[in-house]
Amino acid sequence: MNIKAVIAANRFGLGARTGELDVVDHDPQRWLLDQLQGPSRLSADLRRLPDTASVLVEVGELRRERRDQRQSSDDEPAPDIVKKYGRTVREHYIEQTQARYRNAASTDFPFHERLVHFWANHFAISADKQPIPAIAGLFENEAIRPNITGRFADLLIAVEQHPAMIVYLDNQRSIGPGSTLGRRANRRRDRNVGLNENLAREILELHTLGVAGGYTQEDVTTFAKVITGWSIGGANDNGRFADGEPGEFEFREIIHEPGTHEVVGRRYSQAGVKQGEAVLHDLATHPSTARFIAAKLARHFVADDPPARLVDELAGTFLETGGDLGAVYAALVTADEPWVNTYAKYKTPHDLVISTFRAFDHVPDDRRFVVGALDLMGQTPYRPGSPEGWPDTAEQWGGADALYKRVEWCNTVARVVGSRANPVELGAAVLGPALQSSTRKAVSRAESTVQGMTLLLASPDFQRR
Amino acid sequence: MVTRRDILRTAGAGALVSALPGVAFARANTDARLVLVVLRGAADGLAVAAPYGDGNYRRVRGELALPSPGQEDGVLKLDGMFGLHPSLAAVYDEYQNDRALIVHAIASPYRDRSHFDGQDVLENGAAAVGLLRDGWLNRALAPLGGALGNEAAIAMAQNTPLVLRGDNSVTSWAPSQLPDADDSTIQRLQDLYADDEFFATRLAQALKSQEIAADQGGMDRMRNRGNDAEQARTMMQATARFLTADDGPRIAVVEAGGWDTHANQGGAAGALANRLAGLDGGLAALRDGLGPAWSSTVVVVVTEFGRTVHVNGTRGTDHGTATAAILLGGAVNGGRVVADWPGLGKADLYAGRDLMPTTDTRSLFKSVLAEHLDIPDSFIDSTVFPDSAAARPIRDLIRI
Repeated sequence: MNIKAVIAANRFGLGARTGELDVVDHDPQRWLLDQLQGPSRLSADLRRLPDTASVLVEVGELRRERRDQRQSSDDEPAPDIVKKYGRTVREHYIEQTQARYRNAASTDFPFHERLVHFWANHFAISADKQPIPAIAGLFENEAIRPNITGRFADLLIAVEQHPAMIVYLDNQRSIGPGSTLGRRANRRRDRNVGLNENLAREILELHTLGVAGGYTQEDVTTFAKVITGWSIGGANDNGRFADGEPGEFEFREIIHEPGTHEVVGRRYSQAGVKQGEAVLHDLATHPSTARFIAAKLARHFVADDPPARLVDELAGTFLETGGDLGAVYAALVTADEPWVNTYAKYKTPHDLVISTFRAFDHVPDDRRFVVGALDLMGQTPYRPGSPEGWPDTAEQWGGADALYKRVEWCNTVARVVGSRANPVELGAAVLGPALQSSTRKAVSRAESTVQGMTLLLASPDFQRR
Repeated sequence: MVTRRDILRTAGAGALVSALPGVAFARANTDARLVLVVLRGAADGLAVAAPYGDGNYRRVRGELALPSPGQEDGVLKLDGMFGLHPSLAAVYDEYQNDRALIVHAIASPYRDRSHFDGQDVLENGAAAVGLLRDGWLNRALAPLGGALGNEAAIAMAQNTPLVLRGDNSVTSWAPSQLPDADDSTIQRLQDLYADDEFFATRLAQALKSQEIAADQGGMDRMRNRGNDAEQARTMMQATARFLTADDGPRIAVVEAGGWDTHANQGGAAGALANRLAGLDGGLAALRDGLGPAWSSTVVVVVTEFGRTVHVNGTRGTDHGTATAAILLGGAVNGGRVVADWPGLGKADLYAGRDLMPTTDTRSLFKSVLAEHLDIPDSFIDSTVFPDSAAARPIRDLIRI
């Protein structure tokens, strides 16, 4: 078997399932690129999920109910409504998380799925802010999943106009000082009205140009003005608005800053929502964006310190094709660099959990198992803690205690599901020719199946990809 | 029966004996404890220590302005100019005992407004982003002589933050909810890892931390549960146990998030007040846990940058520049505010919007390293904070 099959299945994919290496071995690069063809596929688990608008409406009603009770009694809110809110949000979160990891554990398109996770992390929202836990998985399926093989501009606009991103980075609260509502409020000297730069800053810093990509504080402020009015339909928390389709993206002219604006060296005279979209189109094909995305992809798929030649090539492809992501992936897969080292990356806990479940072809029924495991290992699903997303290097995941937690978890998994397979056979099935003789020896000499399985899962071979 | 400790001795034998540069080991103050608390998300220095005596304070802070000392929910009086946020009661106790001080209008050399780059500069100790790939506190460890299995410093987190990453061996620890793997499995894993330095080193460090945690009685079963304030207290109690263990580390780094108050920041009560109360409870737990060792302890509380002087459109504050740092502990020469106060008038602000920085964060760090840990100035200037001549140590921050 060609070692390329192992790299394709374990580094580009999500970890081999039993029998997968034989399929991949026919033509590893073809196997990867074929996954990007055809219509977007949704597993039954994902198809069953509700849409963001309906969840936002449901959760919004509970929030208002909670607030109304608080105001009427001028007291602590009634505990049952607080509990109901928490339970509702948690139910959605667990359901979406479970669907995500079940799908990842069973998909026949693991490279496509890894790219979905990659982009969801690039455009990270974090469940430590309400009501993100109730919609984070939906954001991934609605804004990211359908758009990862087309043009980066389309992905970018879908993301920035998704209600989850708008609410996560406060844009529905940002009010243009020269807008109809802003001017009215300023006359009343209402201090609670003005710009919020959060979304504009993160688009420039984290989603497109990168922090050194050549923009200024002035650009951030102006861009924030350009996207004032990018909001969510229906009543907001303080009941200020009511128009628009509840829970859907809504452009609100009344808070939009009018006029021509200059952002990153270009003037934009469009009216309304078109102005922000025009800025996003230009940012999406900016050379700094090309480099930023190229380096991130190369870091994820090739090495923590990605080879400069490859980054140049990917950035070049990105620019020449106007940000055609399919062309960039093709350049990545057909380059030489990804195929040199078998174990180029230290798995994140997310990678480790998915590849373990794929190896066993089994996700435990306990709905909290996945969240519990990832929480313990420091990568709580959809909760990176900041819009920067999770880090992607061994240096940042390689804490001593973090390794110990992995060992504890591998041991726990081995106890729970380890008896489903023979560890020596499983090692050969998922690592193929990459299984080192020292690992094979240690696993085969183990005093029990559970111990053998623990050693296999905790081995450097399985902890890397 | 083979115990963890035996395994550790075997693994540690001959490893990393000492390949450190010729630095004066003997000078290092081995009793001294240092805890660095990194507040991630840019904590608002004007709320931590409010300049209630500045004539512009109430105007610029509007609805976020805190009441003056003596008023209801008023700030805790530090001097005629500054008052501590009312949530910081334990810090104030220490202040009144001259064991805490505030350094105000302080900032790292970073002048843009990205959290991630700001934290990078705060932690790498360089003049700019990415100039150094390791952390200043890791570089400072060389004269302290820690080695594998006997690390001088611990990160109270699963993964080591940048400030502690680098060539010198450090360890890390965080609470767990899973059962331990049995000793036989661990021993076999050590054998399996022997040829892979990345894994071998980390497992050895983790086992050492597990050993201290177990020696201290059941801490390895500590639950990572409860609300943020409870977790902060729990983490600080654990930190105290590591720092008081006989062969434990003497330096710890603790992180706390949730300071990015863009909306509904609140004043004497509210979101930021709750965060500060959690921090204060954690610091009190650390002090109580350290017991007699508190007298030789310095805690440094810093954040990557401050927040805008003016309130934004959503009752919060946006990313700014200078902020406040807290120094407390029995070894601190406290009871005062150290500040070259820039003022809050329109012309006084940095870029027309932020508190102007007048003290470099590195000046604070340098003083603590030199005066508290007895690390030689020459080593600090050449290795810990290269190219930092302009950031002169503050001096006299520590009781001699």
